[in-house]
Amino acid sequence: MDNRHINTEPLWKLFISLMGLLVVACLVLFAYLCLQKPIKNYLNKPTYSHKQLEEMARKRAIQRDKERSENWNLVEKGIHVKTGLKADPNLQVVIGACTSCHSAQLISQNKATRQGWKNMIVWMQQTQGLGDLGANEGIILDYLAKHYAPKETGRRNNLDTEAIEWYILNVEE
Amino acid sequence: MINKRRTFIKQSLQASLLASIGANVVFSKYLPEGINLLGLDHETKSFPGKSDLLTVLNDRPINIETPAHLLNDKLTPNNLFFVRNNGLPPTSIDVDNWTLEISGESAEQTKSYSLQELKSRFENVSYNLTLECGGNGRSEFNPPAKGNQWTTGAVGCVKWTGVRLKDVLNDVGIRSNAVYIGYYGADTHLSGSPDKTSISRGVPIAKALENESMIAWAMNDQDIPLLNGHPLRLVFGGYPASCSGKWLTKIIIRDKVHDGQKMTGKAYRTPCSPVAPGAKVDDKDMCIIEDMPVKSLITYPKTGAVIQQSQKLPIAGHAWTSSDNITKMEYSIDFGMSWKPCVLSESENKYAWQHFEAELTFPEPGYYEVWARATDTEGNTQAMLLPGWNPKGYLNNACHRIAIKVQ
Ligand code: HEC
Repeated sequence: MDNRHINTEPLWKLFISLMGLLVVACLVLFAYLCLQKPIKNYLNKPTYSHKQLEEMARKRAIQRDKERSENWNLVEKGIHVKTGLKADPNLQVVIGACTSCHSAQLISQNKATRQGWKNMIVWMQQTQGLGDLGANEGIILDYLAKHYAPKETGRRNNLDTEAIEWYILNVEE
Repeated sequence: MINKRRTFIKQSLQASLLASIGANVVFSKYLPEGINLLGLDHETKSFPGKSDLLTVLNDRPINIETPAHLLNDKLTPNNLFFVRNNGLPPTSIDVDNWTLEISGESAEQTKSYSLQELKSRFENVSYNLTLECGGNGRSEFNPPAKGNQWTTGAVGCVKWTGVRLKDVLNDVGIRSNAVYIGYYGADTHLSGSPDKTSISRGVPIAKALENESMIAWAMNDQDIPLLNGHPLRLVFGGYPASCSGKWLTKIIIRDKVHDGQKMTGKAYRTPCSPVAPGAKVDDKDMCIIEDMPVKSLITYPKTGAVIQQSQKLPIAGHAWTSSDNITKMEYSIDFGMSWKPCVLSESENKYAWQHFEAELTFPEPGYYEVWARATDTEGNTQAMLLPGWNPKGYLNNACHRIAIKVQ
């Protein structure tokens, strides 16, 4: 009898290690195949300077503004975006009668009672070529008196501390 | 695409107007070719020759004002100078063939000058003149006053170059019965109607003959920006800026107070005698504004500064008046209870704004307002509350205020 003992354990270990490596290699290959595209994209991704990023943001903002303003009916927070006027079922009547000569900003800046608005319309009719508004006059005055009514502000308003943009000022010595 | 949609909107609006008010189409007959309902164009816009940092009150007609902290320069840069348009600026300007006609009941003759003739025939002069819109500060009146709601920025001071108005008027000949001059410009009425003038104001003959009353072609040694009246305008310091006609084509010497557009009714007029806020005032009881009141503006720092109590806060600004000079400039950090003096510069010439500076310390942390007030040669100073209420909200010279937080 051959008493020489053959120790097979190292062989087994080698075999298992090789199998493990094979599995890992397969996994890596599989992962590479799946992620090939994103990795490529990442490697080729251009880098932008701060300036370029700002410029891109600006272009996006302009595009957004454009899309908003092309959207005739867009209303945000109760404001008709296209004109800046307060949204209302009768808004179209006001736009039709009041925005051919000047922008709607001249209207939204002003505040008056119904009579005050009536006086402005009469002034424009007598001196600025505004025509007779017919049956629409009442509708327009109702709209203006409702949305652009005066607020009581006393002899002088407080500074609007809510609206002020506070900033740290470092005064050089 | 955009155009199509606008046209569609225009048509449908006109149609709906027609349907609702019969034959009375309010505006469409005045709607010029290619110009649709511009009031609908509410996009952010920039304007030729003007910085995007200005505040747009109205884009048709163009009315833009300058935030106080952008007026810190000794002379206002052209792109920061405010714009008050009543109509539409001329669209084509032929500088080589531009003429100025002088005529009127009280002119000895009718005479025309080309720009070149004005430049070569009369002494060329430069003055630093402050121009302020009569309605600057209108937004503060209560009850609210009608018109563009200017806050503090319808003012600026630049170096104007041109000729003296009196030299040109004398060259034409002024009859002894002359009372007023009136101007016409090349701008058009908002409605597009050729029979309407957007604005045609003027000044009493004595004002027209002052040394500093000018016909100008340059602002800070450059062409006047289109929106400020290129190629030629009048400039009268100390009077509402509306007297200083832009895109100037004609001056008439009148034997009575000029009665052009915006000279009559309530325009650029205040009640002849003081009235209670909100009072109804008849047109016949309204008087033309002449001299503008003494006023000042804090241009540094921008309102909203947060500082450490250990810091001294420098402030700076300008003050102006229609009288000879500003003689005193003061600030208060305790809501007018005590006033301290500022360092004040001399005036370059009459109607130039003067500059002030001071260095402030604050006694303890908290919320402060810096108030500024100027006093002129005649002893006039600025109100802290709103001065005399008037229907159209002119002449608000209440002291300027900025907010400061001290930590
Ligand atoms: C035919 C042209 C025309 C139409 C249409 C028109 N306006 Fe005017 N409106 C003017 C002119 C011109 C001014 C003076 C603008 C200026 O001086 O800046 C004016 C000024 C105003 C002002 C400022 C008032 C003031 O005292 O300066 C308001 C507010 C106003 N319009 C509201 C309206 C409303 C509301 C309508 C619709 C009913 C309307 N406008 C339609 C021509 C018109």
